[in-house]
Parts: sequence; structure tokens; C-alpha cells
Amino acid sequence: MSTRTGRRVGVPRGVIRDSPLRPDGVPKLRGEFEYAQDLRAEGMLWAATVRSPHARARVVSIDLGPALAIGGVHACLTAADVPGRATFGLEHADQPVLAGDEVKFWGEPVAVVAAEDDDTARRAAAAVEVRYEELDARTDPEEADDRDEVFRRLSIRRGDQGLHGSVVVEGEYEVGMQDQAPLGTEAGLAIPDGQGGVDLYATSQYVHVDQEQVVASLGLRPDQVRAHPTGIGGAFGAREDVNLHIHLCMLALHTGRPVKMVYHRSESFTGHVHRHPAWLRYRHESDEDGRLVRVEARVMIDGGAYASTTSAVLANACYFAVGPYRSDSVAVDGVGARTNNPPCGAMRGFGAVQVCFAYEAQMDRLAAALEMDPLDLRELNALGTGDPMPTTGQVIETPLPTIEVIRSLQAMPLPEPATMAHHSELPGGSGLTTEPHHVRRGVGYALGLKNLGFSEGSDDYAQARVRLTPDGAVVETAAIEVGQGLVTVLAQIVRSALGISRVDVNHVDTSKIDSAGSTSASRQTQLSGGATLEASVKLRQRVLDRHEGEELDDDGVWKGDELVVSWSVLAEEDWEETVTFRHPPTTGPDENGQGVIHADFAVAGHRAVVDVDTELGLVKVVRVDTAQDVGLALNPQSVRGQIEGGILQGVGLAVMEELVMKDGVILNPTFTDYLLPTILDAPDVEALLIEREGSWGPFGAKGVGEPPTISSTAAVAAAIRAASGKELNRVPIRPQDIALE
Amino acid sequence: MIVELTVNGVPVTARVTNPGSLLDLLRDELGLPGSKNACEQGECGSCSVILDGELVCSCLVMAADAAGSSVTTVEGVSPDDGLHPVQEAMHHAGAVQCGFCTPGIVVAAVDLFARNAHPSSNEIKDALAGNICRCTGYGAIIRALEGVGATDEH
Ligand code: FES
Ligand code: FES
Repeated sequence: MSTRTGRRVGVPRGVIRDSPLRPDGVPKLRGEFEYAQDLRAEGMLWAATVRSPHARARVVSIDLGPALAIGGVHACLTAADVPGRATFGLEHADQPVLAGDEVKFWGEPVAVVAAEDDDTARRAAAAVEVRYEELDARTDPEEADDRDEVFRRLSIRRGDQGLHGSVVVEGEYEVGMQDQAPLGTEAGLAIPDGQGGVDLYATSQYVHVDQEQVVASLGLRPDQVRAHPTGIGGAFGAREDVNLHIHLCMLALHTGRPVKMVYHRSESFTGHVHRHPAWLRYRHESDEDGRLVRVEARVMIDGGAYASTTSAVLANACYFAVGPYRSDSVAVDGVGARTNNPPCGAMRGFGAVQVCFAYEAQMDRLAAALEMDPLDLRELNALGTGDPMPTTGQVIETPLPTIEVIRSLQAMPLPEPATMAHHSELPGGSGLTTEPHHVRRGVGYALGLKNLGFSEGSDDYAQARVRLTPDGAVVETAAIEVGQGLVTVLAQIVRSALGISRVDVNHVDTSKIDSAGSTSASRQTQLSGGATLEASVKLRQRVLDRHEGEELDDDGVWKGDELVVSWSVLAEEDWEETVTFRHPPTTGPDENGQGVIHADFAVAGHRAVVDVDTELGLVKVVRVDTAQDVGLALNPQSVRGQIEGGILQGVGLAVMEELVMKDGVILNPTFTDYLLPTILDAPDVEALLIEREGSWGPFGAKGVGEPPTISSTAAVAAAIRAASGKELNRVPIRPQDIALE
Repeated sequence: MIVELTVNGVPVTARVTNPGSLLDLLRDELGLPGSKNACEQGECGSCSVILDGELVCSCLVMAADAAGSSVTTVEGVSPDDGLHPVQEAMHHAGAVQCGFCTPGIVVAAVDLFARNAHPSSNEIKDALAGNICRCTGYGAIIRALEGVGATDEH
């Protein structure tokens, strides 16, 4: 036993509540970080996809001959070549790996090719001759509802359905189809292992579910497929579903060579699911004082051609259809329609975004009808801890500081009028078409509520392993770092719990650890963070017990002032702890949509300030300030990063981002035509983090990724209404909606 | 055809077979994957490089047209060891999330500071107006670069 006295007292740097530098920051800044796009392997082939030019058609014949005749082409595969399950899907395996007799959306994959280089692969894909017999594309979700072509219906009835209020407001609202537009497109590399198995390195938010789907469709044993977490350029929901994963593995096993594929941007727009467009009908009834008595909502979302996560998105839209407000009587009817539009699925906010736009417009209208201040009305009805959810009846057990959110927004000072001295302050910017005297300022507020983690009785868990090594501690996880900073926060949790400073986070493949679940639903800090914390605490206790120590730090195990085991000796022993962390159990809904549906909740509010040229319909979003319920901010800088990034995506949906559809065809699948907010469109943001103890996340942390995107859209819309006096029942709000309506 | 150019100060010779872009040449032929492709049409700035002193989208430059030119990529603006002050400031401000936009933003910002040691906030925004970042909302990027101008360390 080595001994030493005079121990250093103190906590390591970079623990929770600090904002240590990201471990992947330097390679990302130097251009050295490896993304899926950058992967290479000896003898690698390139793949490309043949896609349907029709929203719906019968596939009459496929002639691969012209493609195979091109020099350097190694394989052309169609539906007939799928060795195992012909379909895939995150919740229901209803989507063909490659379309067989019928294509059901524009851009649906029909065949895949592999060739010596990218260019040849794309030429070969273009050379595949597919004969189609075009069929009528069914793109109207209401007609789909009439025909009963739906993925899910959900009805919620809570309270006395005969209750009515004396003040009534009604409205119909619409939300366009938004795209996640992660900056990195879909990309991946599949490497055959020479024994019939395959290693997959591809863009993903959830490698274990990719692996399961590859296994099923390739007809392999689970141990023959390893999905590896890989560097990705953002996600925002776009990477929950399989797209090129099965194709790459099929081609790799077929050719016996590594195969790489990278989607171009236009292909990316058809290659992943989108945010569901929604049509919402609402009726709010209150008493004379403004207390909500009854809320009725009808929620229609268009799921497109295949299921993806439509049933869960619909459920979320319905469960959060009232927002963070109490109401004694609630009736919500939701439909997730099946059409020949592109499949829709997960995007940040997951159903809660669409309804928020509608219920917050309703709350403003109700306030106007009551001649009340809109924030006073919200405070009067604010949902809090101990209240039943207005929809599901679930009693909210964790802190829900809705009132604090409202009061914080109220207390934030408003900005001065714009000077218009620089073109970036003018609506329309450097086009300089705006005349300053046509510009009106508007201020709008909105609140949003979101669940954290998976719901409706799903067994939601994350596994993490903490090991001690000569260099410190290592966290092993299959959780995906999408950019949010999970790599930083897991290390912070270990430092806080173990007491040592040197911590690495290693992403390991699906064969080395159980699932961490998806990096979605704002869940990884709570779930993988929870597993990491529990593993660290157990490991520390075991170490101290074994060596009869009192403290653990970078030097080793201490008892009083005596170092009883040095780190190097300790690390020679085999120390690891693997924990599977589950959040409190949830249930599915009963026939009235009632139940303990959700594991946790977070509330946020936004105040938007806009300048609108009411003649030209141009909008400058000046500020979006926010107060957000975060439980405990484990990394304040990352939380702020999530807030600012999430707000800008909300601003995008409010004023510019929409995939424009015509008969099932996306008219603007490029960055030239799908407008994304630039630095000149970004509002200033003041963010107030509201911390309350009591959530089950590590150290009381809540997920923070989605709330910024939920009510920011509604707040901007409200501000534009205030500036323009227009109803504006649809987002994104286009110039003609303001200037010509 | 054979193209000769200077990349990050090093003369290189590359064979250009297809009507490829300078971006493809850098990434696929010259082993410099730092420049990213996110839109292949000049809208996102992920592929930004400095070509004969001008900030350009390398996805819009034909590889063949870069013959005889001098190109600086993100790899070229990064010191052998450590970080350029622009990178350092971005690192500390939390301006990197997924990082896919980051190389392009670094190159555009280095170009800005080479021309203007003390850019105003509006000048910073104008200089980066061609760079899309989908993750950060730009706030941390602006704060980072305002700090570079203020401390004048570059
Ligand atoms: S890839 Fe060149 S500007 Fe987007
Ligand atoms: S950090 Fe992800 S796009 Fe900028």
C-alpha cells in the first residue's frame, strides 16, 4: 500500500454546472473531425439510389441492363434482392426497403447501385430504366380520413363533456411541412466482415434500432451486424428512421466490398422524414373571468405514405393540444392520415409544435374577447405541479414552473425601437425595399409544454458503462452525439460523481453495449446521463468499500490524509460498472385517452419582438426572449446553445421554412429554394433558465432540446399579428399573407 | 486533365477527370476533408475556402478553373499546433455544436479578420451571411467573433 499525506482538497474542474470546453471542439474547428461523409475504406465502392419520379405509380418493369453495361458498375439491386424482411419502419415495418409493385411517394427508392466511384454510381442510377404506370396520387389528408386510410386515431375525453363557458373563441389553423435540414446530409459506409456479417457506419440518432432493422431485412443473426455511432452534422429528428442503412449493407454483402453512399441535398430532402403538416380546429370556452372551462380540438396531421413515427407524433399533438393550462373539460380528436405525400416523422418538438401554434393563437383571441392581458390570462390558467394534465388526467409530479415562466417573461425589458441605421435592422434586409415609415413593431407571447422521454408505456431505457483506466475514467455508450454536447455533459456527470477530472466518452458499437435509446425526445441527458450517474456512484462506492477509503480523486483512494491506493495501482484492477437506467414507468391511454402517459414534462415561454413592413409583408424578428424550465442546467453554455438554436428553428417555421408540395411532389428540395434562417435573420436572445429541484434526471436535470422550438414559432406569429392586425392562421407566414390577405 | 495549384502553401498536381468542383478535388483527390459539402449550390458556405485571396464557395468553382491558383482551406488556417484566435474564441464561446458548418465559418471569419481587425457586430454578420448554421442559432458565433475583435489577439 502506498501512502502519502497532505492531500489536495477540491473538486475537479469541469463538473456539473460548469461549461467545460467540448472534447470534440478542437477537431471540429480544425476540420479534422470525421463525419460519415468523410469515411473511407480500402477498395471502397460508391452507391447511389434510383428514386421514383412519381408520387404514386405501378412499377411495370425495371431494366437494369443499361446500368450494368456501364464500366465500373458492380451491382444493381431491386426489391427482389432484399434477402430478409422486405419492409422496415421505426414503429411499424410498413415501408419497403426498395419499392416492389407500387411506389407510394415521390422519391421512394426503387433500386440501388454500387460502382467504382460516386460519379459512375450516379450515372448508373440514372441509366436504370424503370417503366411506371402513373396512378392517381392521393394527397388530401381529409379524403384519406374519409376513406379511413389512417395510421392512427386518438380521442381524448376528460371531465364533464356537458360543461360550457360563456366566452367562446373558435379558430382553424394550419402548419406547413418543415424540414430538419441538418447540415450534414445522409451518409454512410458499410464494410463486410468476410464472414457474412457487416459493420455499418452511418448517420443515425439511434444505432440499435438501425441494427435491428438491418438484421431483419438482411435475414442475418443479430451478432452479424454491428452499427457504429459515427460523426454527424446535426439531426433534429431526421435520423431516427432508416434510409440508406439497409441499402448499404445489402450492397456491401452483395459485392463483398466496402460501400459508401452520400446523399446530395436534394436527395436528402426526399431521403428523410419531415415535420408533419397539420390542420387544427379549436374551440376554447371560458367563464367571464377567463378561467378555461372547456377546450375542444380536432388535430389532423398528414403522415404521408408510410408510418414512420406518425402514431407517436399524433399522440403527442393530442396530449399537448391544450398546452400548459388547466381546463375542466377537454375533448380532442386526432387523425394521422396516410397519403401519397412524403413520409413525415420526428422533428424537434414532435407534434407539440403544431398544436402550440394553434392553442396559443386561441389564448390570445380569448384574451382579446375578455379584454384581458394575454399573460394575465395565461397565468390565471397556468398548469403546475400537482395539477392533472388537462388532456390525460395524469397528475404532474415533477416541478412545472409555468407561473415563473410567465412572470419572468413579463419582467424582461422591451428593446428600444429600431434605428434602421443598418440594413440588417430593416425587414427585408439588404434588399432595401422597406420604407421605415411602413414598419410597425409587434410583441407576442407564447408558452409551450412538452414531454421528456418516451411515453405511452414504452420500455424506455439507456445503458451506459463507466470504466477506470490508467488515464482516468471512460464512459462507454451507444448514445449519439448529434452536436448537442452529450459528450461534454456525460463527462461532467462522471467528474461530479466519481471525483476525478480525467474523463473520456467513447461511443461504442451495438455489439459492445445495450441500447441508449434514441437521441430524441430531449431524453439523452436524463436517460444516458442517469445511467452514467448511477454507474459512477456505484463504481465509486465499490472502490471505496474494497480499499476501505473515504475519498476518490485523480491520485487514487484516500483515507483521511493518507493515500491508501494510488491511481495507477487502482487502475490495474478491473473496475467497471454497467447500468441500465429507466425513467418512471408510463402507461398507454385508456379508451378516453387517460393514463399516466408521460415520464416528465418541461415548460418554456417565449416573447417575440418583430418589425413588420405591413405594405410589403416583410418581417424582421428583432428579439426572441425566453424563460425555460430546465430542472438543473448541467452545462449552462450548452443549454443556451440548445435554446438559441431551437429558437431559430422556431423562427424559421414562423416566417420562412416550408417544403412546398404539389400533387405529392416537393417543389423546393434545395437550399436555394428551401429558405433557412441566416445570421442576418437571427434574433437576439435573452434566456432565463428556471431551475427547480425534483425531476428524476441526473441531479434533477430536465431535457432541454425541444422546448425552445415549441412556443417560439407561436410567439413570432403572435408578434406579427400584433404588428399587422392580420389573423395569420397559418405558418410559415408569407409576405402575401401580411400584405395582401 | 492535369491541374497544378497551390493548396495551403504546398504545390500540388491532381488529375481532374470529371467536371468536378474544387470542393470535390480537395475532399476526394487531395485528402482534405475539412471543407464540407452541404448543399452543392453555393447556399450554405460549408465549403468556404480562400482562392487567390477571395473567399469563395469551393462547390461553385470548377476544379479545372482553379489551375494555377492558390487555395487556403480550413486545414491551412489552423496552426500546426493549437488553434487560430478565431477558432479559440469559437471554442470558448460554445460556437461549435455538430460542427458541420464550423470549417466554413472558420475560413470566412479568418478572411474577415484579415481584412478588418475590429469588425463591428454588423460587419461580422455581413461577413457570415453566406454561412448556414442549423444548430447554434448563431448567437455563440457572434459572441465569439465579437470577442476576437475586442481583444485583438489574432
Ligand atoms: S456546399 Fe458549397 S455553399 Fe453549400
Ligand atoms: S454547428 Fe451544426 S450546423 Fe453549425
